[in-house]
Amino acid sequence: MSFLDINIFGLMGQLLVGLINGSFYALLALGLAIIFGLLRIINFAQGALYMLGAFVAWLGLQYLGMNYWVALFVVPVVVGLIGILMERFLVRPIANEDHLYSLLLTFGLALILQGAFTHMFGSSGMSYNIPDALKGGNNLGFMYLPTYRAWIIVVSLIACLGSWWVIEKTALGSYLRAGTENPALLQAFGVNVPMMITLTFGFGVALAGLAGVLAAPIYSVSPDMGSNILIVVFAIVVIGGMGSIGGAILTGLGMGVVEGLTKYFYPEASTTVIFMVMVLVLLLKPAGLFGKEA
Amino acid sequence: MTTSASNHNVRNMGIALLLVGLVAPLVIYPVFLMKFLCFALFACAFNLMLGFVGMLSFGHAAFLSTGGYVTGYLMTQVGLSTELGVLAGALVAGVLGYVFGKLSVKREGIYFAMVTLALAQLVFFFYLQAPFTGGEDGMQPIPRGELFGLIDMKDNFNMYYFVLAVFAIGFGLIYRTIHSPFGQILKAIRENEPRAVSLGYNVRDYKLTAFVISATLAGMAGATKALVFELESLTDAHWHMSGEVVLMTLLGGMGTIFGPVVGAAIVVAITTVFSGGELGNYIHIIMGVIFVVCVLAFRRGVVGEFNHFMKKNFSASGIGQ
Repeated sequence: MSFLDINIFGLMGQLLVGLINGSFYALLALGLAIIFGLLRIINFAQGALYMLGAFVAWLGLQYLGMNYWVALFVVPVVVGLIGILMERFLVRPIANEDHLYSLLLTFGLALILQGAFTHMFGSSGMSYNIPDALKGGNNLGFMYLPTYRAWIIVVSLIACLGSWWVIEKTALGSYLRAGTENPALLQAFGVNVPMMITLTFGFGVALAGLAGVLAAPIYSVSPDMGSNILIVVFAIVVIGGMGSIGGAILTGLGMGVVEGLTKYFYPEASTTVIFMVMVLVLLLKPAGLFGKEA
Repeated sequence: MTTSASNHNVRNMGIALLLVGLVAPLVIYPVFLMKFLCFALFACAFNLMLGFVGMLSFGHAAFLSTGGYVTGYLMTQVGLSTELGVLAGALVAGVLGYVFGKLSVKREGIYFAMVTLALAQLVFFFYLQAPFTGGEDGMQPIPRGELFGLIDMKDNFNMYYFVLAVFAIGFGLIYRTIHSPFGQILKAIRENEPRAVSLGYNVRDYKLTAFVISATLAGMAGATKALVFELESLTDAHWHMSGEVVLMTLLGGMGTIFGPVVGAAIVVAITTVFSGGELGNYIHIIMGVIFVVCVLAFRRGVVGEFNHFMKKNFSASGIGQ
């Protein structure tokens, strides 16, 4: 009996939390996938840049009076520019070395960023108020839906689907896909591939910045907010496989929901369930659910 | 190449270092030396994978902490003698290494790093929640026990020589592994995997075996470290620890025999100087900067650069290629 005794409010609440976490997973995994597609590297600093996004939003509000709506546009641009500088001056010089070096490079950058923010702001979190227009919520009958949480899911979906559409359906996206397949040939056709790589890196990183702004009002803004989520996102990337942009988005959202359901049915496993799914996927389909490689 | 001369150098160097190790506690605080030796063994074990098979594991903290927790549990609950406690910790870490390896060696390069990192995070959460580890508080005090049931290890000097012996055994095993026919095949896989496959070697089995050896020795380092400090905590299981061992190896020189030892000495010295107090926050920044500098400008590491310098200027063979 107790198995069927499901509290609909509790279940829906955890599903919502799962969808929100999934939105962040999707944004971060998508950024990683876009960067990986063209540069063949994993950006270990993606979590730290997500943290940076949240901090830029918080600092902007504290010291410049930059409100949430401005931050939503300014922060991804700022974080994206930092990413562009990173790519141009740090990642590119070692682009021809073993890709493990760029993994270690971005790992070092993540340590520096996290260490610097811990040094400046301490490890306890800062709070960022939800903008007035997004306060409150609606009772849907079967659950209470806070407006800001709905907003996160909507913005994240728009960003993810927009990126997917640009990459899969537009001319610009066809250049990107061509660059993934054969950069030398694309360059021979007159496309400035190095510039494209830099901008792609910037865009992938800007997605992390956007996730940071979205996260600021609901999670506390703290220096280590990026490191733990990043490892989960790595597991998600392994589950989804690096083959497709759509795969990163779907796996991100899906794993958020799986995590939310686990929190409801068996909370002890909620921190580990995604890793366990990863183990299962590695056993059954080593290339990942959407992976193309052999 | 002058392989035999190089081996000869390594042997002389090893004997010289062992002699230094025997008298070192008369000059330097033994606990610091023991900490260094444990991390040096940990880094050497890690280097077996990164330096000699070319696979970057980002999950070695799981083996270090497993060695520590298992040994700690057995010493506390069962009261084993010291050497059996360490052996048990190493063996369980080796079994965990087999499980990790089974799941991860199918994947290469960056994927391998991500899979090992994620698996290690799974282990971290397990230790965080499992009752026997003491969670955030850690497991303490862990008794050091008696060596062979005879020698009391509470004495830091006795303990030091035990740790030195553990390190020497571990280091010797790694040296033998690298210079065995098995080790030659590992290097062949590192240099050209498709070719190793075409020569008929079952590459995955070789990788898996190397991974198990590496995990076992990392567990041995963790087990010994837990006894030295009479404490095992989640710090050892955290991904920062996996990063730290990468740093030691990279800084000292990956793929060299003595590189990880040198790297461990530098990193342990830095963390000891900066730990505690106001400077504690700087550790991660410094580690990060060292990472970036090493990757951009210093990829051979200290020992690698030294060997390169010797080869270029004196056409000598350097130490431990």
